[in-house]
Amino acid sequence: MLKRSFIRLTKPRFKNELLPDTQTEPQKISTPKKVTLLLDNSFDQKEVFLLKEGDKVKTGRKLFLSKDSDTYVISTITGTVTSISPYTGDFGDTYTAISIVAGEEEEIDDEFEKYCKEPNLDVAKKFLACVPGNPPINLFSDPDKRINTIVICGVDSDLLITTRQYAVKSDIEAIKSGIHFLKKITGIDNIIMAAHRNQIQECGDTDIEIKEVNSDYPSTHPHLIMKDILGQSVPEGRSCEDVGVCFFSAEAIAAIGNAFNNGKIPVTKNLTLIKKDGSKMMVSTRIGTPISEIFDAFEVTLNEKDRIIAGGPMTGSAVFSEDYPIQPDTDAIIVQDKDSVKKVLDNPCINCGECIRICPAKVPINMLIRFLQAGQYGTAAEQYDLFSCIECGLCSFVCISRIPIFQYIRLAKYELRSD
Amino acid sequence: MFDQKKFVVSHAPFLHDESRISERSYNIMLAALPAVLFGLVHYGIPALGVVSLSISSSIIWEFLMNYVTKRPKSIGDGNAALIGLLFAMLLPATSPWWLVLTGTFVSVVIGKQIFGGIGGNPFNPALIGIAILMVSWKNFFDFDDALLNYDLGFIMVYPLAALKHFGVSAVDSFTISDLLLGRQIGAIGTTFGIGIIAGGIYLIIRGFIRWEISLSFLAGVLITALIFDLYDSTRYAGPFFHLLTGYTLIGAFFLATEDSSSPVNFIPMFIYGAGGGIMTVLIRNIGAHVDGVVFAVILMNIANPLLDKIRPKAIGKGF
Ligand code: SF4
Ligand code: SF4
Repeated sequence: MLKRSFIRLTKPRFKNELLPDTQTEPQKISTPKKVTLLLDNSFDQKEVFLLKEGDKVKTGRKLFLSKDSDTYVISTITGTVTSISPYTGDFGDTYTAISIVAGEEEEIDDEFEKYCKEPNLDVAKKFLACVPGNPPINLFSDPDKRINTIVICGVDSDLLITTRQYAVKSDIEAIKSGIHFLKKITGIDNIIMAAHRNQIQECGDTDIEIKEVNSDYPSTHPHLIMKDILGQSVPEGRSCEDVGVCFFSAEAIAAIGNAFNNGKIPVTKNLTLIKKDGSKMMVSTRIGTPISEIFDAFEVTLNEKDRIIAGGPMTGSAVFSEDYPIQPDTDAIIVQDKDSVKKVLDNPCINCGECIRICPAKVPINMLIRFLQAGQYGTAAEQYDLFSCIECGLCSFVCISRIPIFQYIRLAKYELRSD
Repeated sequence: MFDQKKFVVSHAPFLHDESRISERSYNIMLAALPAVLFGLVHYGIPALGVVSLSISSSIIWEFLMNYVTKRPKSIGDGNAALIGLLFAMLLPATSPWWLVLTGTFVSVVIGKQIFGGIGGNPFNPALIGIAILMVSWKNFFDFDDALLNYDLGFIMVYPLAALKHFGVSAVDSFTISDLLLGRQIGAIGTTFGIGIIAGGIYLIIRGFIRWEISLSFLAGVLITALIFDLYDSTRYAGPFFHLLTGYTLIGAFFLATEDSSSPVNFIPMFIYGAGGGIMTVLIRNIGAHVDGVVFAVILMNIANPLLDKIRPKAIGKGF
């Protein structure tokens, strides 16, 4: 996949995958026997939870552990809660994992239906924060962020993925009503849609402004959409939200539209499955499905030392277990055979300059990496623009020394931020 | 839990373009091959001896240094072999064995390993080796003397030395095509103009060297030499003479482009390259040395860290 080309006069270009015109309906997976939902809340042994093992839940039921906390998950199947346990993600993020085993008949919880007649921000916050696409609903009531612009991403943020593009193609009506509801509940009129050229026609009759994003990776990255399309720059180390712009995936908008139209909270997620041989397919499954069920359904066999990636090839994360559940924002699952797993090395930087040519943020990586390898994060941040990095992963991709540069960068940022 | 499979867990990105240091080293060596083979044909067994000894001793010095400094073995990346090859290309075919050994020791150990190995060297290692030898054993670099016993059927004088000592009229007899086709004497791998240019173009097209440096170096030589020539063509040789003699071509494509000691940012690459070219002609025309490439490039190596500070502002800076 994506080798260095034989001739390399200009900097290499990587194209985002465009959704083929012939894209067919996603393959549906039958309701999983078990789902695991990750609640963004660290697990406290001593706490007495409102939710208990053995509780029966219906599809669409809002699950939370205590009355004082705002965080919740939505049950995506009907069944019985079998375990509530701690779960640690990347960089030590802690979650509480709630597992539900499916019961006989599917029943839909009706609480949301009562509220959905009158869409407002509060209802959206209370019920729609974990629909497919993970809409950042809570931002609108965050006093630190004055959101004034919403960008809807009809484009995918990483290579090889077409999940959001598929949402635009298949669900444009839901997206339109999602936009309508979003305008209504947030009072923000400045909503634009980011789309590739071939999608512009599809989004044609949404009554918002459509901006073309080119398909060279990482043009679809929020920071670059800000810079190239909105003409706004984000100060280093800050997020787009800090300067008032927030990003919704097309899938999330469609989910919001569908929720208010139908009175049901969407619980099914589309994702791009990329198999070992590089073939791709669109899959539709309940949020919380363990990836092993997807592999079973599509005959993916796994061996020791293979690699499973949740998310895209440049920015996703490798998971260590087949039980890893699909998250609301898992746009892709990639399986790599052990033979195509490339080893990273900890060579020194040879100053070849490949990273400099390709970095979209113009970070002096050849200097930066020397300080990161020496653990001098402070200098790296002060003099070598550590916090300007927008985390696209291209530098590691092209590094001749095969230094895990991107990992060094993330680690350094994490260390500096947690000090 | 025991029958659970173990997967590889690592960090993004999960793809790599499959480039590697060894590929780069071996391609540069490949690109140098036409010029080297040409030298071997001209100068025969002694040249072969110098090249072989230079490459093998460089690898051995590197290996010993890896051992002494207890660092991972780095000879597999091909960089030591490359240094050895480039170093040999700059030597006269008749260099004695001890000169080669000393030179590669200086190149690999002092030029590279004491700075921490590949990527740490502030100067081009092969040039450091040559520079030390040139200063210490000047006579071995008198190509007329060194190649006295050869008669290859063309003018057997070293063009740059003839220019320095006897003026422009002495080099009138060299035509551009002679120089391009290697009908001149000089160091083992530096006389075959077309061969070096072909190698350089190959490296540029494949992206193994930074074209900005090579082209600006050549432009620097051409323009400076042209200015001198226009000023007084009876005292100073023309631009193409300078381009095709001495170490100019190998300097532009193989020496100034060494990764670690040259800049990576766009504007600095041009300043660095052009600076090297200009210095080369200045040294040749008004300096004490016959050829200026070695010292010109080393001087630019010194300026490199400073030059490379000229870089575009990273995004999100300046608030
Ligand atoms: S990940 Fe690397 S290439 Fe991408 S913005 Fe950061 S430093 Fe630049
Ligand atoms: S690509 Fe890797 S080896 Fe090359 S300059 Fe960047 S960090 Fe150094």
